[in-house]
Amino acid sequence: MAELLQFVSSGLTVGAIYALVALGFTLIYKASDIINFAQGEFVMLGGMTTVFATLAGVPLPLAALIAVVVTTAIGFALHRFAIEPARGASPVALIMITIGASIFLRGVAQIIFDRRFHSLPPLLGADPIRFGGAAILPQSLVVLAGATVIVTLLWLFIDRTLLGKAVIATAANRLAARLTGIDTRRVVDFSFAVSAAIGAVAGILITPIALTSYDAGTLLALKGFAAAMLGGIGSAAGAVIGGLLIGLIEAFAAGYLSSNYKDAVAFLIILVVLISIPQGLFGRAKVERV
Amino acid sequence: MLILETDRLSVAFGGVRAVDEVCIAVESGQVFSIIGPNGSGKTTLFNLISGIYRPNHGSIHFAGETVTGLEPDRLARRGLSRTFQNLQIFSRMSVLENVMVGHHRHEDTGILADLVHWPSVQRQNAATREVALAALARVGLADEARRASDSLSYGALKRLEIARALASDPKLLLLDEPAAGCNPVETQEIDRVIRSLARDGITVMLVEHDMRLVMKISDRVHVLARGRTLAEGTPEEVRSNAAVIEAYLGDHGSREAVRAFG
Amino acid sequence: MRALLQTRLMPAIAVAVLVTILPLSFSSAYYYRIGVLVFIFALAVVGLNLLMGFAGQVSLGHAGFLGIGAYSVAIGPVHLGAPSWLCLFGGAVLSGAIAFLVGRPILRLKGHYLAVATLGLGLLLATVLTNEARWTGGPDGMSVPGLKLFGWSVRGATAWYWIAGATFVCGFVLAFNLMESPTGRALQAIHDSEIAALVLGIDVARKKLAIFVISAVYASVAGSFLALFNGYITPDAAGFLRSIELVAMVVLGGMGSIVGSLVGAIVLVVLPQVLTIFHDYEQALLGLVVMVFMIFLRRGIVPSIAAAFAGRR
Repeated sequence: MAELLQFVSSGLTVGAIYALVALGFTLIYKASDIINFAQGEFVMLGGMTTVFATLAGVPLPLAALIAVVVTTAIGFALHRFAIEPARGASPVALIMITIGASIFLRGVAQIIFDRRFHSLPPLLGADPIRFGGAAILPQSLVVLAGATVIVTLLWLFIDRTLLGKAVIATAANRLAARLTGIDTRRVVDFSFAVSAAIGAVAGILITPIALTSYDAGTLLALKGFAAAMLGGIGSAAGAVIGGLLIGLIEAFAAGYLSSNYKDAVAFLIILVVLISIPQGLFGRAKVERV
Repeated sequence: MLILETDRLSVAFGGVRAVDEVCIAVESGQVFSIIGPNGSGKTTLFNLISGIYRPNHGSIHFAGETVTGLEPDRLARRGLSRTFQNLQIFSRMSVLENVMVGHHRHEDTGILADLVHWPSVQRQNAATREVALAALARVGLADEARRASDSLSYGALKRLEIARALASDPKLLLLDEPAAGCNPVETQEIDRVIRSLARDGITVMLVEHDMRLVMKISDRVHVLARGRTLAEGTPEEVRSNAAVIEAYLGDHGSREAVRAFG
Repeated sequence: MRALLQTRLMPAIAVAVLVTILPLSFSSAYYYRIGVLVFIFALAVVGLNLLMGFAGQVSLGHAGFLGIGAYSVAIGPVHLGAPSWLCLFGGAVLSGAIAFLVGRPILRLKGHYLAVATLGLGLLLATVLTNEARWTGGPDGMSVPGLKLFGWSVRGATAWYWIAGATFVCGFVLAFNLMESPTGRALQAIHDSEIAALVLGIDVARKKLAIFVISAVYASVAGSFLALFNGYITPDAAGFLRSIELVAMVVLGGMGSIVGSLVGAIVLVVLPQVLTIFHDYEQALLGLVVMVFMIFLRRGIVPSIAAAFAGRR
């Protein structure tokens, strides 16, 4: 029982991060039909920038803020300078651009930061909380709380604000959105920026637990993407549920089967989902009209 | 001989009955036209017959065999060919290469032979080239063979698709709005091509809006409205059918039809 | 002379001549070594180009097949005592078989779904190679016994130059042949309009699967050569970065251009060698190159040059 709780807690914690990454994917995909592989790098940049800012003497809260701002700017720049110029290219070409951006950001991080693992001090102290025989890190609760706040804020934004409606409109039909006066380029800029911000916050939250390094982004992107696919790409609720599910499956696989193949879980899920239910759990299947 | 028969063919998308209990019978060697207002289900019917959509119920019989639900490539291999309303040209290939692909179902070299370029492959390439050039000549595009296909005019591209479909040596050729978007000169060309096909005994099914063309060259006309059959008969019968005139041809259309008969 | 210049195989002959006379300019074994690496990767890229540039599919996990070929000639001799050349064939068969089994379901997918599925496949293969340490030596890799052909030990950059060069030229010719054949036309048709191809009687699913298997075999042979030549292999050979490098080579050289495959391989093999002092910048540069080419020069080097010449005439 204790073991089960342990797995559930660690699974949900890391699953919350996957959920945030998946949410970032979904937001960008909804607004622009693009799969952004640099999403993982946003998470990495959030963590790494905060670490190095604190190492340079900046107090933690300010460092975190700087990290979020910097990452948001990078997200914006990614859209403006890498994606926008290539608008009209095939979906695969666009994915390649984001993959190129992801590798580029990794490479730059390697140079500007370093190649070591880094951590951040946990928000609520490091002593594990004993619960039903399991040891739960306080930071886990911070992560889950943070993720919940972000998801709620995002939902409120999409549902209650005009800009949020504009995002939905752009996602539904770009041309129609433009015809009603929506500046779709700004909308997509915005979705990239927000996705980057979400990623950065996720990175800051998880670093105390999972550490961070210049190449932490790639695996995160893949798992976040698996989560988005599992939930149904284009469905925000699906992204969250998908993320939590993958986190849980991973934790159980690592615990009961083999910890070596932990990462393979996400890859396997990608394949299985795409082969059997490409639209995911909550997505809608597309009909091709000739 | 009946080359194509559909029996109460139906398909629905969401709640919309795009094609509803349509029965048609096409005799070999005929020019059989399907007309109807926009949204009446003409292209959907073509998509059903050519296997792109699966019917919800009803059946399709081609050359005496039941072919309901067969995939498009399997239908093609039985001798059914079609063109597309929205042109599906192989834009990266030359005019000649486009038509050569049309002949694919008759090419019998395997992939290993292709890799090694056996003499059989060279012979096949030459033979296919001949067939393609002949098809291009029939539609009046023989001189454009070496040109990039995306450099052709719209009307020429419509003829290119017909040539490509011809290269497969079909028993039944479905032409989906071959004259759509064509100017009068181009339409004349299409007219000439279809007549020559009919003369050579190829059964042609036509979806068209151009009433003059339809009335001039069709042996039989089938009218669809909102997915259902409204009328069928010879061009004269159809154009003088009150329901058809009311629902579709209208005042203008029936004058067009009269003019078509000169 | 004119007829000779216009023979179908002119590019292949030109490349064969190039391969033969290039060593005249080599002043040390180092250049032979670069040549070997270029031919190895160019071989893999030709295969990938058939899939991507030609048939219009995509594979972001192709290094996985490279890895299978590489580890086959490592595991076979070391753990099973089988001769290297047999393991090379075995690896190719295994790669082909995996491509066949997984290809059937995933090639139904299109666009970014297919891209991600192949990504997942490549990662899965790389993960297996990393984890099954008992067989593969784990993340640190394993050493690869040298190739013995008819009792003669194939060793040294010079010998490998000729072997890799000859194999590349063969792969080149096969690909060229395919382009001018019924299968080649069918594949190009599938790229331009799958629905039109279907309606003309082309068995689209089967053709896509065939080209996927062929491209996997190309990658596998290349991987086997890489392992045999280097004498060592690590799981990085099958990793994500390697897969992206291969795609970058395809895009750089020109999608659909067989000659471009060689150009792309040359650029991305030679550049890191030339920039060894910038080793730390390798990843950043790769990312930048991919981005720049995909944004501005999507056609790739060879088609762009060809278009420039055509325009000038």
